[in-house]
Amino acid sequence: MAFTRKRKYRSEATKDKISAYLYISPFFIIFAIIGLYPAIFSLYLAFQKWNGLGEMSFVGLHNFTVVLQDPIFWKSLYNTVVMGIMGTAPQIIVGIILAFILNQAYLKFKNTFRAMVFLPYITSMVAVALVFGVFFSSNDTALANYILNLFGMDSVAWKTSEWGAKIAISIMVFWRWIGYNTIIYLAGLQSIPKDLYEAARIDGASILQQLRYITIPLLKPFIVLTVFFSTVGALQLFTEPTVFLGSSAFSRTEAMTVVMYLYRDAFSLQSFGTGSATAVILLFIIVVASAINTYLTSGVRGKGKGMKS
Amino acid sequence: MIKNFKLGRFFVYLFLIVAAFLSVFPFYWMFVMATRPSAAYNSIPPTLTPGDQLVENFQKVLEKIPFFGAMFNTLIMCLVVTLVVLLISSLAGFAFAKFKFPGKNILFVSILLTMIIPPQLGLIPQYYLVAKFGLLDTLFGAMVIFFLNPLGIFLMRQYISQSVSDELIEAAKLDGCSNFRIFRSIVLPIILPAFATLGIIVFTATWGEFLWQFTVLRDPDMYTIQVALSSMNTTSNVDFGMILSGVFWATIPLVIVFLMFNKLFIASITEGSVK
Repeated sequence: MAFTRKRKYRSEATKDKISAYLYISPFFIIFAIIGLYPAIFSLYLAFQKWNGLGEMSFVGLHNFTVVLQDPIFWKSLYNTVVMGIMGTAPQIIVGIILAFILNQAYLKFKNTFRAMVFLPYITSMVAVALVFGVFFSSNDTALANYILNLFGMDSVAWKTSEWGAKIAISIMVFWRWIGYNTIIYLAGLQSIPKDLYEAARIDGASILQQLRYITIPLLKPFIVLTVFFSTVGALQLFTEPTVFLGSSAFSRTEAMTVVMYLYRDAFSLQSFGTGSATAVILLFIIVVASAINTYLTSGVRGKGKGMKS
Repeated sequence: MIKNFKLGRFFVYLFLIVAAFLSVFPFYWMFVMATRPSAAYNSIPPTLTPGDQLVENFQKVLEKIPFFGAMFNTLIMCLVVTLVVLLISSLAGFAFAKFKFPGKNILFVSILLTMIIPPQLGLIPQYYLVAKFGLLDTLFGAMVIFFLNPLGIFLMRQYISQSVSDELIEAAKLDGCSNFRIFRSIVLPIILPAFATLGIIVFTATWGEFLWQFTVLRDPDMYTIQVALSSMNTTSNVDFGMILSGVFWATIPLVIVFLMFNKLFIASITEGSVK
């Protein structure tokens, strides 16, 4: 809220305006140079042929045609979506269960459990990818394969097989982010008034009914938030597969993601035009995915309201 | 009935213990492998107790990558980015919370909209820009794009409009305080808790950044710790003991800080995303 101020202070109002513009200017100046200009330049580059050194030449939609006709692009988009779903969807279910448990009044060592579940989130993605890279190494003696063998299953070539690589990467994404989502759901659960449960219990509602008619509907905004973050994050997956696969990251396609495809075009193949076209396509995909998310969740929200009344 | 109840609690604790074990085990296993020769990795059954190669493995890390230099670079980068973001965000947050000026709402919404732009969209021109100014392989080049933090402005505006009263500012004005003096002497002391929250968010996010540094840093002496760690895994014949030793020593400082301030960390997540 701005101050209410009388006419005689007008000169001070002008001073305030100058101060305000001055205070917000650092962000806008930096944004203009390293945010807006590069974004616009990317849109421009997407229609140029350029190797980063010589002259640019206008090629129309050629870069987009090249990318969209490249089977490796479609493979990387497929990989991104599959790993995104496998890595993030289970987090919603497990995260809600964990948060529900951590919110129980009778629970002992609550803070200890909460800190333990959250611990993976503080490690960097590079660290996670390296540790899981050893856990899921392609050796027969890898710990992951040892565990599979214990259950009578065959060893998997985790870094070179179609599903092995995807599953390993999804597991590391799941492991690192589950604590984050749990904490958000926990905040959501704590915002639900206790007397709602009290009233439901008096009316004879079972735990499952409470979960179905109180917890889930009131938790919906928090679920929407995490789904949004997860979707955008999953579409930008880069660090985990790149570090996990190491030297073969850009030469194999089992786990190549869209951002890796973009990176490879620009910085390994010196094709900045198609790289930028890929960036523009990625922007388009993210906007569409976010819009679908918003559309679906606003529908769900409406239903939630209907249930309450 | 009571028996059922107890059984339910038993499964609740079992589920929690399994989840906590799975969360913590990789840390323990990382420590075990950091103390074992690489060959221990091939033993069946797997090695699950610490060995005596803790120092040897770390020496191999030091031979392979400039570990301490990279940690130092990362620390400097995170500190500078955090301070710059706190300064930019609190100033802009103050303006958006307490001043009236034309275009305020449009400008604020446009800041929020910049959050939607995926960082990869500008990657190529940003690289080109940084290269043109001779900032490749410099720490400044590695940190400059993280000065942009729309979320920080959003959080600061929320916090300032809730916790700094208009009367207080009005009174300071009547005493003849300049706007900047008000910011420094009145607003800053009040928003220190918000600095802790935003500082943790920015510091940990910058610490973990990879793609940008991987793109602009090619000289091993300028590596941040993430790029240095990842560079251990680029040869086909890798020494697992060495890799996990490097990861272990790069991770342990964060774990210690987290265990000391874990409530603050967890609060920063909920405040940073739920509000």
